[in-house]
Amino acid sequence: MPDGMQTKTAMLEIADLHGYYGESHVLHGVSLEVRQGEVVTLLGRNGAGKTSTMRAIMGIMGKRTGSIRFQGQELIGMAQHKIPRLGIGYVPEERGIFSSLSVDENLTLPPVVKEGGMTIPQIYDLFPNLKGRGSTQGTRLSGGEQQMLAIARILRTGATMILLDEPTEGLAPVIIEQIGVAVRALKARGFTIVLVEQNFRFAATIADRHYVMEEGHVVDMIPNDQLEANMDKLHTYLGV
Amino acid sequence: MFSLLGVPPQVLFGQLLLGLINGSFYALLSLGLAVIFGMLNVINFAHGALYMVGAFVAWLLLTYLGLGYWWALVLAPLAVGLLGIALEKSMLSRLYKLDHLYGLLLTFGLALILEGAFRHQYGVSGQPYPIPAALQGGQNLGFMFLPNYRAWVVVASLTICFGTWFAIERTKLGAYLRAATENPTLVQAFGINVPVMVSLTYGFGVALAGLAGVLAAPIYQVSPLMGTNLIIIVFAVVVIGGMGSILGAIVTGLGLGLLEGLTKVFYPEASNIVVFVVMAIVLLIKPAGLFGRER
Repeated sequence: MPDGMQTKTAMLEIADLHGYYGESHVLHGVSLEVRQGEVVTLLGRNGAGKTSTMRAIMGIMGKRTGSIRFQGQELIGMAQHKIPRLGIGYVPEERGIFSSLSVDENLTLPPVVKEGGMTIPQIYDLFPNLKGRGSTQGTRLSGGEQQMLAIARILRTGATMILLDEPTEGLAPVIIEQIGVAVRALKARGFTIVLVEQNFRFAATIADRHYVMEEGHVVDMIPNDQLEANMDKLHTYLGV
Repeated sequence: MFSLLGVPPQVLFGQLLLGLINGSFYALLSLGLAVIFGMLNVINFAHGALYMVGAFVAWLLLTYLGLGYWWALVLAPLAVGLLGIALEKSMLSRLYKLDHLYGLLLTFGLALILEGAFRHQYGVSGQPYPIPAALQGGQNLGFMFLPNYRAWVVVASLTICFGTWFAIERTKLGAYLRAATENPTLVQAFGINVPVMVSLTYGFGVALAGLAGVLAAPIYQVSPLMGTNLIIIVFAVVVIGGMGSILGAIVTGLGLGLLEGLTKVFYPEASNIVVFVVMAIVLLIKPAGLFGRER
């Protein structure tokens, strides 16, 4: 590991994580580490276990073994609803905007778990598209706006680590750019971010390090400044 | 003395009032069923039995403890709600991962056990329950006589129905409920204890049935079979209104009560089946129910 990376404390440490959905064994010994204030991506082909790793962190998985430590606390075995209360915000791949809730209700649904969350005006500054849409039904927003709302609602809660699952999926380049600006703003605010991405060009513009996953475990770690040098390797991993 | 379509107004309004009373009970019961179905995806066949238990708790409180109607109005729903939470925690919660049918079978079995137990203990003849002193008598409205207690039942159940609707559609707590109905996993991933919410929702839904039981006690007799007679119609109401729709349950409940009343005036032979005819027509035209969303 390059020097200078050990100076910040580890926020999330995953060691030899195995995960199962019913009978099917989807995570095969994932190990990774995310330090405070870092933006780390999980890259990999479909089915490599990126989303499953996030779900395992949140406890949305039948059975998990190994270790997931958040700020030193073991998450495996912890009651599912207590995990987010430690300060972990989850933005799922399908965005999860509730159709029976208005934009306002969607925005204020996740309970505040810690002090120091962003205020509603700050959130509107970050995502101006959401302003004035409060009474709209959540799912009437465009795909990009729904993605913004899905991120926005986590920022209120005071969560210090955010799990972002494919925030750019299916969005137009203009919107992807806006999401990128927002994620960089969040990084500047000191959020620790774990990002699942297929689009590594997008990932390269914001991440500090990239973990590459294959068949349910991490096969490589590439710091962002060495991304160019490792392009060939990465192409092989991702099959692009 | 005037008459409408050859029907004396006393008869017409009398039947409409009766329809409104029945409709109030349909609304209260189908509201609870709708809330429970929305959150638990369980078709609660024990609902009628728990309505009966509510009425019996009122009767038992009066008979053995001398606690009257107003006490019963608070204590019986509470007791039924707690019983519901115990049933949900100990049995129903184990079935969520299985097919809906198992929840239906379990609650159907529970209904049979509850009704059987009360029938064994108290017989089927029914126990009278007095109208509370404050609500005895009635008003002469000129065109009809309105018993105070019946007016109270209509007002009370409308208030509770719309209070519940407001709580679910317009408050923060209701937003949690709606969100958890849609995507419990995600709501849990925001740090909300969804299993506790599910238990409380079931408790609340059956407490509404218990409350309906207390309201019904002075009108109908307190009998172990009082729920069975009602629940089939209530299920039809839920289907017509749309499974899981709160407003649908309330509006359809009242509407069908009135429709039943009108049918009794103009074509009494059809009054027992009119609800089911409506159900068949609605299912043909709008299979998700009048207020339901297609899934």
